[in-house]
Formats: sequence, C-alpha cells, structure tokens
Amino acid sequence: MNVVTKSPSNTALLLSGNEAVARAAWESGVAVASAYPGTPSTEILEAISAYAEVRANWAPNEKVALEIAIGASLAGARALAAMKHVGLNVASDALMSQTLAGVAGGLVLAVADDVGLSSSQNEQDSRYWGRFAHLPILEPCDSREAYELTRRAFALSEEYGCPVILRLTTAVCHVKSLAEVGRREEHPAGGFARDPSRYVLVPANARRRLPVQQERDRRLRALSASGELFRIEEGSDARVGFITSGPAYLYVKECFPEAPVFKMALTHPLPVEAIREFTAEVGTAVVVEETEPLVETELRAAGVPVRGKDLLPAVGELTPPVLRPAVAPLLGGAAAAAPATPAQVFPRPPTLCVGCPHLSAYYCLSRLHKQTIIAGDIGCYTLGAGHPWNALDTTTCMGASMGMALGLDLGRGETDKDKGVIAVIGDSTFLHMGMQGLLALAYNRANVTVLILNNDATGMTGGQEHPGTGKDLRGQPAPRVDLAAICRALGVRDERIHVLDPYEMPTFFKVLKQEVATPEPSVVITTRPCTLTSVFQRRPPYTVVDDACTGCGNCLNAGCPAISVTRRETERTRGGKEVVRSYVAIDTMACTGCSLCAEACGPGAIQLAAQE
Amino acid sequence: MKANGITNILVVGIGGQGVMTASEILAQAARAQGYDVKKTEVAGMAQRGGVVTSHVRFGARVYAPGFGVGQGHVLVGFEPAEAMRWRHYLTAEGIALVNTQRIPPPVVSTGLHPYPDDPIGAMRDAGTRVRAFDAGSIARDLGDARMVNTVMMGAIADHLPFAPDVLKEIIVEGFRARKPKVAELNGLAFDAGRKAAHAAG
Repeated sequence: MNVVTKSPSNTALLLSGNEAVARAAWESGVAVASAYPGTPSTEILEAISAYAEVRANWAPNEKVALEIAIGASLAGARALAAMKHVGLNVASDALMSQTLAGVAGGLVLAVADDVGLSSSQNEQDSRYWGRFAHLPILEPCDSREAYELTRRAFALSEEYGCPVILRLTTAVCHVKSLAEVGRREEHPAGGFARDPSRYVLVPANARRRLPVQQERDRRLRALSASGELFRIEEGSDARVGFITSGPAYLYVKECFPEAPVFKMALTHPLPVEAIREFTAEVGTAVVVEETEPLVETELRAAGVPVRGKDLLPAVGELTPPVLRPAVAPLLGGAAAAAPATPAQVFPRPPTLCVGCPHLSAYYCLSRLHKQTIIAGDIGCYTLGAGHPWNALDTTTCMGASMGMALGLDLGRGETDKDKGVIAVIGDSTFLHMGMQGLLALAYNRANVTVLILNNDATGMTGGQEHPGTGKDLRGQPAPRVDLAAICRALGVRDERIHVLDPYEMPTFFKVLKQEVATPEPSVVITTRPCTLTSVFQRRPPYTVVDDACTGCGNCLNAGCPAISVTRRETERTRGGKEVVRSYVAIDTMACTGCSLCAEACGPGAIQLAAQE
Repeated sequence: MKANGITNILVVGIGGQGVMTASEILAQAARAQGYDVKKTEVAGMAQRGGVVTSHVRFGARVYAPGFGVGQGHVLVGFEPAEAMRWRHYLTAEGIALVNTQRIPPPVVSTGLHPYPDDPIGAMRDAGTRVRAFDAGSIARDLGDARMVNTVMMGAIADHLPFAPDVLKEIIVEGFRARKPKVAELNGLAFDAGRKAAHAAG
C-alpha cells in the first residue's frame, strides 16, 4: 500500500507533512533526492523512494546528502536534500559556500526542527540559516502548505538561482492532514554548464559572487514585499493582531478565531513594511513564532511596535494551552482556570527492546563503569544512560564519542589516572561522523577502547539501511562496507580489533575488560542485528524455573523488558543483613531467545522454554 | 458533545501496541465521512517502549493538530496505567475505553516505582466515565492476540458521530486488501469489542 504514490491527481489525501513534501518534490520533477535519517525528517526520503523516477539515496551524513543535491543541481536537474535540524549543522559547510555560487536546477533543502525535542539532543531554530546564508525560508503550517510550498520552492530556487530552505517542524512532519495532490511535471536535466568562474570558489571568484548575492538579497526582499507569500486575514476583534508562520499560525487560529492575522509563508526576508502597516490597524501586535524571536527582533530593529517573547516562551511548541493564557492579559481576560491535575503514575521512559543486542553491551559496561569513563553517541544506545544500566557519561552530537574520548584520555587528571576510557557508537553513526574520530584516536595513540555497536541498521529512526548493511534505500543489494577493515585502515592494530557476538556475553565481557586494560587504541565490534529489522531471527524463548529462582535479581540488571518481577520478599541473611529478593518471570511470547538473562543467572534458573 | 463541532480523540498506549494504527483508522474513517481531519504521530525515541499518544481531531475545519487538558471527548487506552496518566485530557462528559491488560515497564518490574493498585478505580474516583475490559483475552479467545487493536476499535465505535458500521467497514476492508484470511475474524473481534464496551457500561 502506498497512498502517496498510487493516488491519482486532484484527490485530497491524508498525508503527513513529510509525505506531502515527498509527493510535491516528485510532482516538481525532482530527479535526485538524498538524506541521512533523522527524526522528524526521516519519512521524506522513505516516501520519495517509492517513486521510480527519483534517484533517491541515503547518504552517510547530511553534508554528503546536500553535496549530492548540489551536484545534481549543477547537472541541471531538480534535487532535494532532507535532514533534521542538527543535520544542517553538519551540512552547513557546503551550504555556506554554495550559496555564493548558487544553483542551476532547483534545489530545495528540507530541514525539520524538532520543536519540543521529541527525539533530539537540542532544540534549535533553523531559520537562522536563512539569515546566515542569505537564503529564502519557507515555513509551511500543515501538509497542504508543505505540499504547496515545496512546489513553490523549486520554482523560486530556479528563479533566484539559489537553494531554498523549507523549514519544517515536528508538528508539520508528524501530523497527518488533508492535502490535494496533482501530477508530475518532468524537468529534464539541462546539462552541466561549465563555468569555473562561478563554481570554483577560489577567493577571486568568490569575491565576484558577493555582489551577485547582494543583488539576490534585494530581489528576494522585493518578492517578500510583493505580498505573494503572505496574506492578511481580517478579524472582527482587532484588540490583538498576530504575526505568525508555520504551525504557530494554526494555534493562533484555534485560540483567537476572531483576531486579525498576518500569515507568512516566506519568513526570510521579512515583509517589514507590510507588517508595519498591519500593526497600525490592530491594538497590540504579537509575533507568535517557534522557537527563537527572529521575526520579532528584526521587526523591533526596524521600529515596528510588536510584542512576542516577553509574553511567550522561546522554547517548545506554542500550542493552545501555552498560547491562550499568555495572550489572555492583553484581552483583559482572567487567568485560565486551573487545569485538571494529572494522576501520579510511574514514569515510562523509552528503553532498549526485548532481546536488543545492546543489552549485553550495556550489562557489561555497567559492570565496568566504576573504573571507566564512557563517552556515548547518538542512537538507540543513548538509552544506555537510563535504568538499569546508567552506563553513559556523555552524549553530545553524531560521532562525538571518539573525539571526546581522546580528549578525556589526553586531559585526564590525577583522580582519573587509573581509569579506562571507552567510546560507544553505533554502526550508522560511526559511518556518519565517527570515522574521523577513530582516525584521531589511532593517530594520537590514545588509551581508549571503542565499542562499535553494530546492529546492521540506523536503529533509532526505524531501522534504515546504510553503507554497512549491504542494502540501499530501496532495499536493493549494495556494496557492504567492512567495519573491521576500516578500523585497520584508520590505524588500529589488527590484534586490537575484535569482532564479537554480544549474545556470547561471558566472552564479550572478558575481551572488553582486557581491551580497557590495554593502553592503546582498541576496537570491539558487535555482530547481532537490530531486533526490529527483517534480518533479525528469533531464537527459542527462555523461561524461569520457579523452584530454582533465588530472587537474586541479577537477570533484572540486563534490563530486558521481557523480564518482570512476580513477587518481592525481604529476607534476613545469616549475617543479619536485610536483603530484598525479587522473583521473576519471562514473557515467553516476547522473549527472542538472546540468552543474556540466562548467562547472568547464577543458579541456572533460566532455561529454554518447552516447545509447544 | 463538541461545542465547536470538533471531535477530539486521544489514543494512548506503549510503543509497539498499535496506537498509531488505531488513530490512522479513526482518521481515515472520519475522512471518509467528509470531515476535515488532523492526526498526530510520533517517531524516534518515544517508540522504544515509551509512552505513545496520538491525537485525532475531526470536524468542519480543524486548525491545531492536538488538543489540551480537559478537551477530549474519547480516550482510548491500550493499557490501564496509561489511561490513568492521560485521564485529565477528557472533558467532564468524556468517556474512556480501556484495555485492562497491564504492561509494567522495567522501572516498575525492578521495584523503583509501584504500579497503581487500581487504575480504573482511580479514574472513576476522579469522575471519569470508564468502560474497562480485557481486550487481550477477547482477542486471544477469538484466536489471535494481535487483534487487540480491532477489539478496541469496536469499543469506540458507539462513541463517534457516525455509524459504527463505517468504522467496521474500513477495518474489514483494510484486512481484505492486505490479509484477506483474517478479514472476517477481525469483523468478529470488532463486534466483540463493541459488546464488551457495552457490557462494561
């Protein structure tokens, strides 16, 4: 089933914002699309891969994805690069220079801000990049606008000769709403037009492009002022008027349906004079934007009287429960009635899956944590920071574990002199940004052990393929990179590279401990696939022999969600110490037979379940 | 119901339980009835055994994709403690349809936090109308534990502003297209869910 591709034109579909972007890109004649998976942007490329006409691919990281799109554009084809907000930090080097050279075929950069941090290490406002890189920013509010503005973005990109940034947020990407779709228009690649004075950015050439960029800025300001990309919605109650864009517009309409609204699709450059006129017609003008006060600051600098972040938070989504009470004082309204109190219920944090191959690694790391410092990375294994393992000391950005581990090693003080330093990273993250860190570790002869948790997938985003899985975006066979060979090539000695089955926990633990004690760069690579992938194979499940269980609770330290406590008893040992015994059971329906709990069980109470 | 003509449904559960499938079916049914629809999804970290929620809103014109505390008309709880956690999203007249099958997370299993003694009772004490039933055993009795989702859809069917058969038709048709062998069985699971919700009233 694929509603995105199979549906005919002129039908209204229930699409997520990501699907709407993919559909519109395809209709716009896109020939090449590239991305690295990242919440909330991942589904853009997944959806576009269903269109046979598009050469869609996973790039190892966002910088490469953008460079692929730039290259395709220079070949005269229309191209799309998609990424999450932090991905654009990685891609920014290419962006900041290519903005000077410009594009040939339409190039759209879809960047998804995780407003509210559903699955990210920070919350940042990608609209800054428009100001920084002199590029137009389009901000859709829902799937219909995501569709319309994606189509518009390709046309604008070619008209102004620059990439166009389509700024999405989680509330666009991951909300389904109705969008009417059309049909594909072909845009055959125009051919590469050799022009080294433009595309070879040596200083003399780059210098000549600066006035071109300034002229483009001027034309974009004129476009913004023209009114094509904003609209004014009249309202019967003009005590407060709103200046807004993106999903914040929807929240304004929900809360204040009678208020005048200045609704922008293009938020950089700003239509400053039109907004100034709007503010003159309303009592108080309030800028409602997610997340940083960019529009507000520019309007204030231009002397336009607006309010904004003095009323509203500069973090998180400005949903009705946030927006309504913040604006209420301007309307003479009383403070909102106290909301119903939520019930007190235990927390349910995300955790590693039943039988996850990372369980064993974190079980072992938790046992070594006292004598080690563990630098982590971005992926499912970040969950190792949680209960019951508590075995991560840092998480910063993609690939940071190894550089930071080297720094922790080089900068260590007296209190850490006997500690081991471990870097933990996944296979997809290693290929994204980790290899340079390992190169630095090897080159500088660091006393660091690197644990590459290779689960044959980009796990956290849903098990996407990458150059280490042997398959491409469409699941077709592709060259498979050899992680151990990469480590060798980067300078780690052969004897210090171990490829191990994490389900063989005793061996895995022994080798990890030995490598931590060895004062040179070493790498341990695991071999079991993510349990959510199609290559994962379940093994016969385990069960607890009740009579043999002593309630020691060792198996619970594995952290497998299939193990639960059936009863708890407080006992006094012969020495007079009070201990709590936790007797357990295994959900055999959920158990995948990884055997980790059986290996952790001293009395041998965990056995293979009888086969039905 | 629905002061501004909009129906607000909150579906809650745990990653992997089928919360997204359920809200997708509700959204498609509302769309088939000609309503404007918005539906929220989650991805990434929350799916790893964490709390999963999906808002479904439909009516003549829907702006915000989600709704706030005290605005929900129907709460569909795939797990009793999760239903209790989100109870306050219902209006005073709202109704909760709850699967009583408990799924304690590791932080409860390992004794860090207690599981509520009686989540359904706590919801009722707080003034919520609740229809609670064991959707898991209903599905198992019919021969496939994976039909919990369909049972829950049956339970909600009498609390929507359109006929129960609309929802049933969409579910059964969906299976007929993908897994024709279990289409009829899911129709039975739907009816059983409807009956269970009635009986629990």
